[in-house]
Amino acid sequence: MTGPKIIFFILAASIVVFSILSITSRRILRAAIYLLFVLVAMAGLYYMMNFQFLAAVQLMLYAGGIVVLIIFSILLTSQINSKLDPPKRSHLLAGILTAVGGIALATSTLLHFVFTPSAALAVGTDIRSVGRQLMDTNLYGYALPFEVISILLLAALVGSIFIARKDRA
Amino acid sequence: MNLQSEIPLDYMIVLSTVVFFVGLLGVLIRRNLISMLMGIELMLNAVNINFVAFNHYLFPHRLEGHFFALIVMAIAAAEAAIAIALIINIYRRFATVSVDDVDELKY
Repeated sequence: MTGPKIIFFILAASIVVFSILSITSRRILRAAIYLLFVLVAMAGLYYMMNFQFLAAVQLMLYAGGIVVLIIFSILLTSQINSKLDPPKRSHLLAGILTAVGGIALATSTLLHFVFTPSAALAVGTDIRSVGRQLMDTNLYGYALPFEVISILLLAALVGSIFIARKDRA
Repeated sequence: MNLQSEIPLDYMIVLSTVVFFVGLLGVLIRRNLISMLMGIELMLNAVNINFVAFNHYLFPHRLEGHFFALIVMAIAAAEAAIAIALIINIYRRFATVSVDDVDELKY
């Protein structure tokens, strides 16, 4: 066992364990905190794969933004002591059957497929090259998706304010 | 750091598959809207692991998976904001966030 392998197994184990805990926990606030642990461990995984910028975005956007939003909405909509209803037995059985069958099908298909890695030289993933490429208008530049996403975020902002508004004058 | 020799791509694929179907299970067994939203977030993150891993292992000369994961994150943020606005509005009108009780399309 070498260093990266140990770190990978720690991260993978915490991702799997906490994601299972977050869907099985009957206290919804705890479920949100377990989700936070999953997201932080995923940021570590991105960092291992040398995508520092993506890891930072994952931490800021998910751990700092979405989980906080979810916790706020939990506090607004449910009593802190109330527990979630246990799932119906038929739902639980069908869900577990779907999940196990899906995992078996997907892994048995994917693990038999032979992936051929590209032999080309790796490109730098530092913030400078990421930013250059994000604003580039040439081939393999991402200026157009960037602008489209900004319009989508603006629309989502306006839409969510409109939906959650109290009075409908 | 070169991960190819240490951790095969298969490990990443298995990890993301497991997380995806755990998220799906969460959506299927929970009746609370916020719990279902958390399951959807798990599924989106599982997909992101795949994008990033394929980018790193198979096509390191371009950053396509990296940018796709970035865009998925932005859409996940927009989706969470809209979903939570809807959930709060539903709670205000029905005083519950259970999908079994919110079954009137028209009020």
